[in-house]
Amino acid sequence: MPRLLSFAVFFATWWIASLLAGDAKLPPPPTVLAAMLAEAKSGDLFLNLGVTLARVALAFTLAMSLGSAIGYLMGRVRLADRLGDPWLILLLNLPALVVIVLAYIWAGLTEAAAIAAIAINKLPTAVVTLREGARALDAALDEMATVFALPRSRTFRHVILPQLAPYIAAAARSGLSLVWKIVLVAELLGRPNGVGFEIGVAFQLFDIPLLLAYSLSFAAVVLVIETVLVQPFEARLSRWRPRAA
Amino acid sequence: MRLEVDIASKKFRNAAGEQHDVIAGVAFALDAGEVGVFVGPSGCGKSTMLRILAGLDHDFKGRVVRPAGARIGVVFQEPRLLPWRSVEENVRLVAPLIDEAKLSALFEILELNAHRKHFPGELSLGLARRVALARAFVIEPDFLILDEPLASLDDALAARLRDQIAMLVDGRSVMTLLVTHDVDDAARLGDRLFLLSPRPARVVAELPIRTPRRARGDAEIAAIKSDIMRRIDGGLTERDAS
Repeated sequence: MPRLLSFAVFFATWWIASLLAGDAKLPPPPTVLAAMLAEAKSGDLFLNLGVTLARVALAFTLAMSLGSAIGYLMGRVRLADRLGDPWLILLLNLPALVVIVLAYIWAGLTEAAAIAAIAINKLPTAVVTLREGARALDAALDEMATVFALPRSRTFRHVILPQLAPYIAAAARSGLSLVWKIVLVAELLGRPNGVGFEIGVAFQLFDIPLLLAYSLSFAAVVLVIETVLVQPFEARLSRWRPRAA
Repeated sequence: MRLEVDIASKKFRNAAGEQHDVIAGVAFALDAGEVGVFVGPSGCGKSTMLRILAGLDHDFKGRVVRPAGARIGVVFQEPRLLPWRSVEENVRLVAPLIDEAKLSALFEILELNAHRKHFPGELSLGLARRVALARAFVIEPDFLILDEPLASLDDALAARLRDQIAMLVDGRSVMTLLVTHDVDDAARLGDRLFLLSPRPARVVAELPIRTPRRARGDAEIAAIKSDIMRRIDGGLTERDAS
């Protein structure tokens, strides 16, 4: 209920603002909805959303799995931390635009270049978060696993992974929002489809209803994925915690 | 099955870089079916010694000969349960192949059957200790290490848990090492008592108790306790004076 109210307030504000600013700068909701429906009817909307989602999924999976593995290693092994740290700092502070442009120059305007560029942007944040998680692992529980001679796989699954879970969830949450932002830039600069490409076209034609139609559909998809996938996942992971936390 | 221990010295370097002697000479042997009890003041290096015996710390001078392939069960001073697994899952973690009847019998002795589905965060310290005991016993250990398993429990509960430990230890032939600062626990549970000096720890005296655990009457326990007190009194006053 509070959620619906919050949406209603958003649309009301938008409508009032469009009345004040004029149709040319900020079209009212019905105009944008009409543009959205037109794109949906032609199939372009779903095609572009689908392509963007596929890129997000690939880049996100790639960056999360690689970043978690590297972060865990750096948190557990001192030498790995020493070796990896300068690279990590470099990657953390490298602007997304630089990575994307260089990827396109070196690997051509290809799908692989786009996905790699997005993944590289997300990778260091996953590494940093998982490294913190690995550093915070409880040594007492490690000792327990050692004296009881638990096999490595069982230790990892029952002792290590549950301790890393909140860190993985945090990395996934912040990483997903980063990927949502960067994927559009990558598409704008070097892909012939996707939400980012369409927004670029709309920008060049000054087609504001189309621009907003794509932005809002995209935002809606993000919102649905957050509510349907990310939040229930987080709730499941923290099942064992006392309620107040 | 026999445990032979000869720790000549163990040093420990703290965060400030200062070196401390923790153990100055502990040598003993323990046979299957025996309960060896280490009694010493708090902070004398008992837990450090147990970590060495459990194979968690290899940085010491001397040698420890554990029977090859011995299963080790440990009850740490804090229960060290997995907070994200239920009581039953915590116990099954170390013995995934245990059959229901055995598990049920063990939970029956430790009065844990009602708490199987609870998470450790929902348990009192006494209950969590009993889960830790169940976890150590469920693997049917050859070598059992108990680090102050009754500390900070109220007297009645400690007495009950002590009886449960005695029952489990007598149930099978196992080498047991119990560390405590409570002379009462020592007198009631031990077959052989080792009295430790304040840090750095040395074995000051070794007291064998001939009477079996069950047969010890109150008078005998009182006699053993006063014997222990008399022998460690020198050490304790020395420590208080410093």
